[in-house]
Amino acid sequence: MTETKNAPFLEINDLKVEYFTKESVVHAVNGVTLTLEKGKTLGLVGETGAGKTTVAKSILRILPDVGARIVGGEIKLEGRDLLKSSEAEMRQIRGKRISMIFQDPMTALNPVQRVGDQIAEVIALHSNESAEAVRKRAEDMLEMVNIPRERYSEYPHQFSGGMKQRVVIAIALACNPELLLADEPTTALDVTIQAQVLRLIAQLRDKLGTSMMLITHDMGVVATHCDTVAVVYAGSVVEYGTKEQVFDHPTHPYTIGLFGAIPNMNVDERWLHPIEGLPPDPSHLPTGCAFHPRCKYATEACRTGEVPTVITPDGHQCRCHNTDAVLKGEGK
Amino acid sequence: MLRYTLRRLLWMIPIVLGVAILVFTLMTFCPGDPAQILLSGSATDEDIQALRDNLGLNDPYLVRLGNFLGNTFLKFDLGSSWMTKVAIKDEIATRLPRTFTLGIISLLISVAVGIPLGIIAAVNQGRLGDNIATALALIGASIPGFWLALLLILLFSVKLNWLPSMGIGGVKYYILPALTGCTYGIATLTRQTRSSMLDVIRSDYITTARSKGVSELHVITRHALKNALIPIITVVGTHFGMMLGGQMITETIFSIPGMGSYIIGGVNQRDYPVVQIGSIFLAIVFSLSMLVVDLLYAAADPRIKARYSQSAKRKVKTK
Repeated sequence: MTETKNAPFLEINDLKVEYFTKESVVHAVNGVTLTLEKGKTLGLVGETGAGKTTVAKSILRILPDVGARIVGGEIKLEGRDLLKSSEAEMRQIRGKRISMIFQDPMTALNPVQRVGDQIAEVIALHSNESAEAVRKRAEDMLEMVNIPRERYSEYPHQFSGGMKQRVVIAIALACNPELLLADEPTTALDVTIQAQVLRLIAQLRDKLGTSMMLITHDMGVVATHCDTVAVVYAGSVVEYGTKEQVFDHPTHPYTIGLFGAIPNMNVDERWLHPIEGLPPDPSHLPTGCAFHPRCKYATEACRTGEVPTVITPDGHQCRCHNTDAVLKGEGK
Repeated sequence: MLRYTLRRLLWMIPIVLGVAILVFTLMTFCPGDPAQILLSGSATDEDIQALRDNLGLNDPYLVRLGNFLGNTFLKFDLGSSWMTKVAIKDEIATRLPRTFTLGIISLLISVAVGIPLGIIAAVNQGRLGDNIATALALIGASIPGFWLALLLILLFSVKLNWLPSMGIGGVKYYILPALTGCTYGIATLTRQTRSSMLDVIRSDYITTARSKGVSELHVITRHALKNALIPIITVVGTHFGMMLGGQMITETIFSIPGMGSYIIGGVNQRDYPVVQIGSIFLAIVFSLSMLVVDLLYAAADPRIKARYSQSAKRKVKTK
């Protein structure tokens, strides 16, 4: 492996992942290209089933070994392709350099293992410290996520959902990872806990200087926590730029639709504005641009062939044939 | 936990009493006169009547039931066999260790082979390893014990003359019976382990474990297996009860003087005391092994343990 100088911290090139059964092949990720700089946060936004979690699991290579395969592409961590690394090398990276916060705290913890031990396990795996030192560090992690260290020996069923999610966060951050993959870390939580958990993640990230990939479908979360944003639709990145670029000048019709779906609190709106139609069936993706059946700007060119990645006037990327028309607000 | 165990032990009293009354009643109303069987065909009617009086068979049902329960549970007098006149207590003392040894050996082999085989099948789901293990389990579960025993005798005793075909003695006398006894255990354990491992292996917490950098071996043994253990414990427990209760068929075929062949002999000869005490023994063994199974559940799963000791001082928040 050659470690190129000046290589971006994390670079994903043309990643393609498929899930397959005997009957069908699901194209979950279709050529995703992203980069993430050290210490920055990238937001991955999109609907359920758009392939966001699959991207994150591909980075750690923890996709299910039966039924999923990475078909092509590269995932480079400081210039080194993780997809070409051996399983033993990946084990050194998992939990230590890259770690993941999972979506559902209710099922992410082992129900028959003490919560403290679940934190201690990852510490013990990636350090040579004595058992007492490991336990002390695990207790420190519990306190860091505002759980009294006395509760080390309790089991997940004795914890509330929010506390479980904080344990999951403690596991993910226990070895000061360089990259944190946060997969909808607050979706399963009550609204009141959501902000608290996100603030906690952000604090810890700032303290440890960790880069983060934040997977969410909440534009508000992106606005507060991310530096760059990638909008994912049907396994492809359709719009990609800094948070300011994407929020101030959304260019892809899908992104515009997402922002349009947020109700405006200042006016008395009777109806929400959803994006018309349904996300496509990933086992039968439409030809051409996957969004064209729902797009009011769709032209003949959108129905077939590759969609070009266009650089918009303010310098961010957008995968669309008709950016000019969209920016002028034509169509319908 | 201690309270739970004590409560369960107390519950065994009505269970064992119930079994005793049921078996006694069944034997009483079962056709066939033990006195006639005892005395063989040449005995006169007077002889038979005299023996019936002597055995107390002419007393009313309730009197006999009372005597039986009193002797067994209050005086701990288990009585003696009508056939051999040997005290049942002594018979059990010599026979139980044989059945116990055989049972433990079979169980250990079943666990040592069945669980790993099930894990291999689950980890290689749909691939060669799975197919081989599943086929073996299917064969093992379908072969009748008595037929397998005869085949084993035919091969190892008659053809090869390596192992004794019957009786008791050194270790080699236990090999064929243990092989017969463990086949079904291996098969059921393989199937149970495979299916409960398959349930667990797709869980989110297994992905969490992998994401921590845990090696695949430890993911399977430390994280998956412990969660898959509950149904496996149930199968092991039932198997254990069956083994200790005496493997009637195995013991009969291999002529092992254990508990199983004792009870079977008692039934054939209308030897009421032997059948009654034997059944009580079976009831106790089964109740005890079910209790051990339930205690093992608690050891394997903290959620079950919490449920057992709900009466304890700390109220557990259930969610």
